[in-house]
Amino acid sequence: MELASQVPSGPLTQKWDKHIAELKLVNPANKRKFRIIVVGSGLAGASAAASLAELGYNVDCLCYQDSPRRAHSIAAQGGINAAKNYQNDGDSVFRLFMDTLKGGDFRAREANVYRLAQVSNNIIDQCVAQGVPFAREYGGQLANRSFGGALVSRTFYARGQTGQQLLLGAYSSLSRQIALGKVRMFTRTEMLDLVLVDGVARGIVTRNLVTGEIVSFAGDAVVLATGGYGNLYFLSTMAAGANVSAVYRAYKRGALFANPCFVQIHPTCIPVSGEHQSKLTLMSESLRNDGRIWVPKKAGDKRASAQIPEDERDYYLERKYPTYGNLAPRDISSRAAKEVCDEGRGVGEFGRGVYLDFAESIGRLGAATIAERYGNLFEMYEKITGEDPYKVPMRIYPAVHYTMGGLWVDYNLMSNIPGLHVIGEANFSDHGANRLGASALMQGLADGYFIIPYTIGHYLAGAKPAKVTTDRPEFKAAEAEVRERLKRLLSLRGKRTVTSFHRELGHIMWEYCGMGRNDAGLKQALEKIPPLREEFWRNAIVPGVNEDLNTALEKAGRVADYLEFAELLCHDALTRTESCGSHFREESQTPEGEAQRDDEHFSHVSRWEFTGVGQRPNLHPEPLVFETVQPAVRSYK
Amino acid sequence: MNLTLRVWRQKSPREAGRLVTYQARDIIPDMSFLEMLDVVNEGLILKGEDPIAFDHDCREGICGMCSLVINGVPHGHQSGTTVCQLHMRHFHDGQTITIEPWRARPFPVLKDLIIDRSAFDRIIQAGGFTSVNAGGAPDANAIPIPKEEAELAMDAAACIGCGACVAACKNASAMLFVGAKVSQFLHLPQGHPEREARVRNMVAAMDREGFGNCTNTYECEAVCPKNISVRVIAELNRELRRAAFRPPPAKRAVGAG
Repeated sequence: MELASQVPSGPLTQKWDKHIAELKLVNPANKRKFRIIVVGSGLAGASAAASLAELGYNVDCLCYQDSPRRAHSIAAQGGINAAKNYQNDGDSVFRLFMDTLKGGDFRAREANVYRLAQVSNNIIDQCVAQGVPFAREYGGQLANRSFGGALVSRTFYARGQTGQQLLLGAYSSLSRQIALGKVRMFTRTEMLDLVLVDGVARGIVTRNLVTGEIVSFAGDAVVLATGGYGNLYFLSTMAAGANVSAVYRAYKRGALFANPCFVQIHPTCIPVSGEHQSKLTLMSESLRNDGRIWVPKKAGDKRASAQIPEDERDYYLERKYPTYGNLAPRDISSRAAKEVCDEGRGVGEFGRGVYLDFAESIGRLGAATIAERYGNLFEMYEKITGEDPYKVPMRIYPAVHYTMGGLWVDYNLMSNIPGLHVIGEANFSDHGANRLGASALMQGLADGYFIIPYTIGHYLAGAKPAKVTTDRPEFKAAEAEVRERLKRLLSLRGKRTVTSFHRELGHIMWEYCGMGRNDAGLKQALEKIPPLREEFWRNAIVPGVNEDLNTALEKAGRVADYLEFAELLCHDALTRTESCGSHFREESQTPEGEAQRDDEHFSHVSRWEFTGVGQRPNLHPEPLVFETVQPAVRSYK
Repeated sequence: MNLTLRVWRQKSPREAGRLVTYQARDIIPDMSFLEMLDVVNEGLILKGEDPIAFDHDCREGICGMCSLVINGVPHGHQSGTTVCQLHMRHFHDGQTITIEPWRARPFPVLKDLIIDRSAFDRIIQAGGFTSVNAGGAPDANAIPIPKEEAELAMDAAACIGCGACVAACKNASAMLFVGAKVSQFLHLPQGHPEREARVRNMVAAMDREGFGNCTNTYECEAVCPKNISVRVIAELNRELRRAAFRPPPAKRAVGAG
């Protein structure tokens, strides 16, 4: 399979500008003749839907929630990066590009990452114009803070609710277009299949989550902005409803899935407190600006934190990574936390936690300053754990947070299926391995506001898609398949709940394809998943009927997809015999226990082609070309 | 701990609902309220019964989707908290808990505890935005905004649109919600060109949806999970009065192009 990345030629710094100049345009009067389907209304989906409608296209936008304002981008707390250099600390587009590429362990496309850094500045301007209330200095200028993996202060924030404010900005732009009639918004609607006509993406099949009605949408292009698949692990920081179904169904229709095993583990989550737990809550990485991370030096030390004297504490990040210290990147901090817990030095009831201690900064800055910076995060922590972080250190532990794999796209954000575009977390692009804090928000908005509006016009002007309607046989066939699958799920009258299957699958994935992976473990996972899937279809219970608001049916469909999708992750992880970012292959480490990358064999994007459920997918690597930067060892010491 | 739950069950918007009693057993104090309901639902599913339908998504207190009235209080008695962040350690063994949906005519029940809050979206569509297209915005620091003003805007912008304010109000008023959005833009220069149109249109939309008026009982502020102050309602009223003294907007000219 020969698939070009469509990266433009020329010097890195000029590729995007050159490309914009060369992209085909659609006559403004013709834009209103096109209809574009946008699935998802998070940062990427809402910003894309609004921007495309502003250009004059007709847009159908869908989300599974009751309102587009609830997409999970809303939960991002810490901030969004941009290379404004407002702090005069030497930041630049090139430096942001370098930090991001390095943070991603050189497993992203150079040109894509450069473009991301380039448009980052426009994003901040756009959001301010929308009335996003970013934090300000007393002089009225925007405030910045720093995040893991960077030595400059380039993160813009709105208290601990940056994702919420950015999303509400995009949502308000989307709302304006809904009122103008340019966007038709469909809430409580879930995409269940992609429809191809003559090999081109021309529509989707959906289920109305209130009535169960199966409805098809036809359009001239489809944009998937459906977020990540972290809930595969059962426990993650994702919203409860976030799922893989839309992109997985597209994969089954022939879209290539890239780097599925690249799952970002976030170091600062509240530790698990018991088997009942349904989700993990993230504490913003920005806390690491003022919090010091430590564990007792002695294994099995069960004393309360205050009883452990200073010289019996191990500030292991500051010790091992003196340059970055507590601001070491996410993967390094996560793995370091797992290591000290594996040594028996973890804190908290289950020994799966490390302290994030604010005592020193409260002493230095006063509790009032700390409250101003992180007040809402401290409150949230207290609500969940019942402990007051102003008095005792927080306990944190790594958790699945963001998925960097996704459907493969070219430089124009189009998948290998013509007309099918994929943006934000749903695609694999830009970040490669383990991206840095505050750049996910950047990618979602870059794709939606500043990239897809240009590239989709180029596609439409070139492809000139003929009109199709939903009464074509391709739509009828896809609808029939969707109905059949729902019927099959509703016929399950076994003895186990869907949640129990989900939990078991999650355990397998976290154990064998989580923070650390090895050959034997991955092979075990590949043996354990198929029987579990088989049991699901034999022994699960799905109550109720389709023609109703049926939350159990929604969940069952998503878990059924996870049970297939999980194998893809394990195949990908098994093939990648290198450590890269948080994808730590135990066989591949330096004598000091650091991740050992293998550029000679793995400087590529692993693209997988569906070959059937339970079958090994086919691998089609896309070599990564580095014209400007030579991949270097990633050191944060 | 073991609890007795009285839960509002309603099959569809057309059918009458009623309170049904369930037992919640072996509940751990560290569970969130929604995790407690998950446990009850697992039991119902195993018995072949329809699980209790309730809205939830982020479970981090920010998406605004969860919406339960617990013992008569939207989001429960813990102040400044959404249901998903309410933990069972705040209840006691043997307690009886009554769980109902938001009750307000503009928020019809879809099923059990799930309501339709699309009226809020329509109010935002009426003017809760600045009319700016993507691309071409001036440098973000071109217009300085005093920190105090930015903080007031942020206080209001923190609204998560959950609708607890409406559920707590005897008049089902949405003025805290509308006031929050009006206040956010009032304190930012970006909002000013559409200042009068925004408040007029949003209030008109609010009335159209059937929300009532504010009578200053402050129940909204008391239940707001984001502690939005009734200050925003005062600002909303002031803005509306101010707009009344301005000439109505000129009819939009039809473009020649």
